Amino acid sequence: MLLFPLVFLLAGCDWVVLRPSGDIAMQQRDLIVVSTVLMLLIVLPVMALTALFAWRYRQSNKEATYDPEWHHSTQLELVIWSAPLLIIIALGAVTWIATHTLDPFRPLDRIDAQRAVTADMKPLKVQVVAMDWKWLFIYPDYGIASVNEMAAPVDVPIEFSITASTVMNSFFIPALAGQIYAMPAMETKLHAVINKAGDYEGFSANYSGHGFSHMRFRFAGMSGADFDGWVAKVREAKDPLNREEYQRLDQPSERVPVRHYGSTMAGLFDAVVNLCVDPNKMCMRDMMAIDARGGLGLAGVYNVSRLSYDRPRTQVSRAQAEAFVLSLCQVGPEIMISPAADAPMYGLLR
Amino acid sequence: MQERSELMQTLFGRLTLEAIPYHDPILVGTFMATAILGMSLLAYITRKRAWGTLWNDWFCSIDHKKIGVMYMILGIVMLLRGFADAIMMRAQQAFAFGDSMGYLPPHHYDQIFTAHGVIMIFFVAMPFVTGLMNYVVPLQIGARDVAFPFLNNFSFWMTTAGAVLVMMSLFVGEFAQTGWLAYPPLSGIDYSPTVGVDYYIWALQIAGVGTLLSGVNLLVTIVKMRAPGMTLMKMPVFTWTALCTNVLIVAAFPVLTAVLGLLSLDRYVGTNFFTNDFGGNAMMYVNLIWIWGHPEVYILILPLFGVFSEVVSTFSGKRLFGYTSMVYATVVITILSYLVWLHHFFTMGSGASVNSFFGITTMIISIPTGAKMFNWLFTMYRGRIKFDVPMLWTMGFMFTFVIGGMTGVLLAVPPADFVLHNSLFLIAHFHNVIIGGVVFGVFAGINYWFPKVAGFKLDEYWGKVSFWFWLVGFWVAFAPLYVLGLMGVTRRVSHFEDMTLQIWFQIAAVGAVLIGVGILAFLVQIFVSIRRRDSLRDETGDPWNGRTPEWATSSPPPAYNFAFTPRVHDQDAWYDMKRRGHQRPTSGFVDIHMPRNTAAGIVLAGISMLCGFALIWHIWWLAAASFFGLIAASIIHTFNYDRDYHIHADEVSSVEDQRTRKLSALQKAGA
Repeated sequence: MLLFPLVFLLAGCDWVVLRPSGDIAMQQRDLIVVSTVLMLLIVLPVMALTALFAWRYRQSNKEATYDPEWHHSTQLELVIWSAPLLIIIALGAVTWIATHTLDPFRPLDRIDAQRAVTADMKPLKVQVVAMDWKWLFIYPDYGIASVNEMAAPVDVPIEFSITASTVMNSFFIPALAGQIYAMPAMETKLHAVINKAGDYEGFSANYSGHGFSHMRFRFAGMSGADFDGWVAKVREAKDPLNREEYQRLDQPSERVPVRHYGSTMAGLFDAVVNLCVDPNKMCMRDMMAIDARGGLGLAGVYNVSRLSYDRPRTQVSRAQAEAFVLSLCQVGPEIMISPAADAPMYGLLR
Repeated sequence: MQERSELMQTLFGRLTLEAIPYHDPILVGTFMATAILGMSLLAYITRKRAWGTLWNDWFCSIDHKKIGVMYMILGIVMLLRGFADAIMMRAQQAFAFGDSMGYLPPHHYDQIFTAHGVIMIFFVAMPFVTGLMNYVVPLQIGARDVAFPFLNNFSFWMTTAGAVLVMMSLFVGEFAQTGWLAYPPLSGIDYSPTVGVDYYIWALQIAGVGTLLSGVNLLVTIVKMRAPGMTLMKMPVFTWTALCTNVLIVAAFPVLTAVLGLLSLDRYVGTNFFTNDFGGNAMMYVNLIWIWGHPEVYILILPLFGVFSEVVSTFSGKRLFGYTSMVYATVVITILSYLVWLHHFFTMGSGASVNSFFGITTMIISIPTGAKMFNWLFTMYRGRIKFDVPMLWTMGFMFTFVIGGMTGVLLAVPPADFVLHNSLFLIAHFHNVIIGGVVFGVFAGINYWFPKVAGFKLDEYWGKVSFWFWLVGFWVAFAPLYVLGLMGVTRRVSHFEDMTLQIWFQIAAVGAVLIGVGILAFLVQIFVSIRRRDSLRDETGDPWNGRTPEWATSSPPPAYNFAFTPRVHDQDAWYDMKRRGHQRPTSGFVDIHMPRNTAAGIVLAGISMLCGFALIWHIWWLAAASFFGLIAASIIHTFNYDRDYHIHADEVSSVEDQRTRKLSALQKAGA
């Protein structure tokens, strides 16, 4: 009787981690199952023995042997150390292999269990920026961008480049693949593929402040034709994503509706990673290059100003805000990405 | 906010009337309740004219037994606060679905989950563990006190000062909204400009001093003050685990102090250790904090492994199976605990080889832990198991902890961690080991040693009620979180859109209520036991037929613990003494040299707390004044030469004679 609601619960729910739709997540699921089975080999006997011994050697059972001095057995000791050891050797081997094959930085070598990735397959490139508190997806090959919505064609390798604009987040689409941190001034990578068309949920899996709970986006797996349609639709959006628009977007906001940009500034993601979308700021890359050559000496001390753009949450007055290094060179005019309309961007679909 | 006058700014720093959260009904209610409870407690103490006793015999006491008891009381009080946070979170997550935003805005909810983590680890688990070690270790090794009795009192009050600062953040200002480890850049001044993170930093820094000093103290005590004959391999297992834990404390806590120090430099003077630019790197903080944080979890669990070992052996009426391998397993865990910290952030993107190295070292820890589990199992084998309350907790632990260990090893597989990291599966896992291991162990320990502390046993009925509610409550509360984790639900979320998840959170909330009943039953257990103390009385000092030296002395033990230091010939020294027909010495007592109580500890800790408060609110004059006051008070304390006294031989002999009479009366009654 009691089990009925339980069965109903189990059937009615979507155990996305155990039933994913992308090959990487599928392999991670398999790994969870294999590891669990391996460990149950030792956990179940331990639990059974605990129950058995507790029952058999209870005080009221005078039948059972009582041997208060028995406290050592070399054979038994060998067993109790080597049994877990054997399991861990097996699990360790599995771990070593799986960690290398499922390394998020490693390009895919298969689409799913049956199909390998061939040399002429071009991955779909997507640049991801975690902002307060929304997600920006830039498609550098198409020159388009979208907020809180991402689409990808099925069975095509996707290469994510991930960063954050202010604080740490974690980029996670459970149906597609495991998560990876999105960190400011750093770039992480994720390679994955979606094998089934459908709407999936993506979100930040690392707490990032008050708007964190609603930092969610829709991830749509689409057929090639549908994806082309989606791209065409995004292209129709008039707004360009340039430096100015990016800085506006980067202000903290919550529950941001889906938004499309028909054109995107070239090199924007690179500027985000280098914390120099604001043209007045020196790029981290240049700063490090100057420092590597011995720095600017005293001149560097004066080449600072007060920061405002990548600290939108700062509530302290401008005078208290931290300094930043001013850009030395004039930043050139913004060039928008101009994708070749008929060039194959990904996969073997065309 | 209007500009404040320069004078006000200088006098009060950032502290304004707005810092008092009088606009938040929840906090106002909490404040009223706390105030009423506090006032009635103060009134009760005053009516009982107990202030003098409380101050002289407890607050200023440097007796390790009284300090141990005070640690336990601190742990219980803070457990209530930490649990209140837990139940608020469960309530929020049970209701905040779809159109309902729940009753807590993110600003409040985020403080609650941060405070819950900080309080449960630093001010519940740590005081419990330190309290048990403080009380039991000197008795187990046949010492009169710890090596540095005054330092012990000072450590306790520093821990308490940290706890008071955390509690203060409820009513003055706010607490951190960063998660319990305060990862930058979020915890940096740019994204957390208010006092929350400063409360976090200074509470932990002050309490950290206490923990570190108490670690040094117990370490020296165990190394230098063991009874004659007690070689390392004859030490009781609890003392062994205490030794390893204190080694870990001494080696790990300075890292915490350093990393929080760097974070405060970032926040206070504008350095850039963990900021986004100027070469700062938040990953450095994450590494450092976990280099402390991972040993910390072993600091918490190891002593409880010791408790379970003592309990299993005592209640099975049998020597511990595989003492030597138990000791080596503990030492191996101690060392390995430093080689696994990266498993807390596989998802940061280290290379595959780095990730698999740390994954595999983590799994290796499960080997000695597994060996321990088997040792307990085979201690029960061919025993005569009495299922008293401490043994029940141990059984609960054995069934619960293996599951937590299993999910832990699962999380140590990096690709599996990529899908489970930061999910509710992770939350379920670490509550599974911390509640199933640390909390169950603490309750086993309390029920086991309470007769030693008080001279009477704890009430069995309420102990069992507490145990079953905790055990069932734990599984009802956390099994749904495992499920939710497998559905891809992440932690620290204050509002959900997916209505299908709600039922699981509601089940979890029911579990939290059951745990609440368990906590209540524990308080009732103590209350009932005190009421019924005459019928629960134990005159023998050895109510469980114990095996280790703490059961050789009276309950409660006299101030000097043992009239004569026991001589140890075997691992289970007291069992060995009983078996060889040991006779209590009844004459030939000598003067006993004892340390004298002092108020210096509470004064120094009080000044430290003031200094912390001033730093949090940027009241610079007060910070400077209290800092120099702290140094001055320490120096003044060094001129206090009245540090010790002697308990006269006739006083010792009258105490011991009284016990002799009681024991012989018991013997006659028995015969």
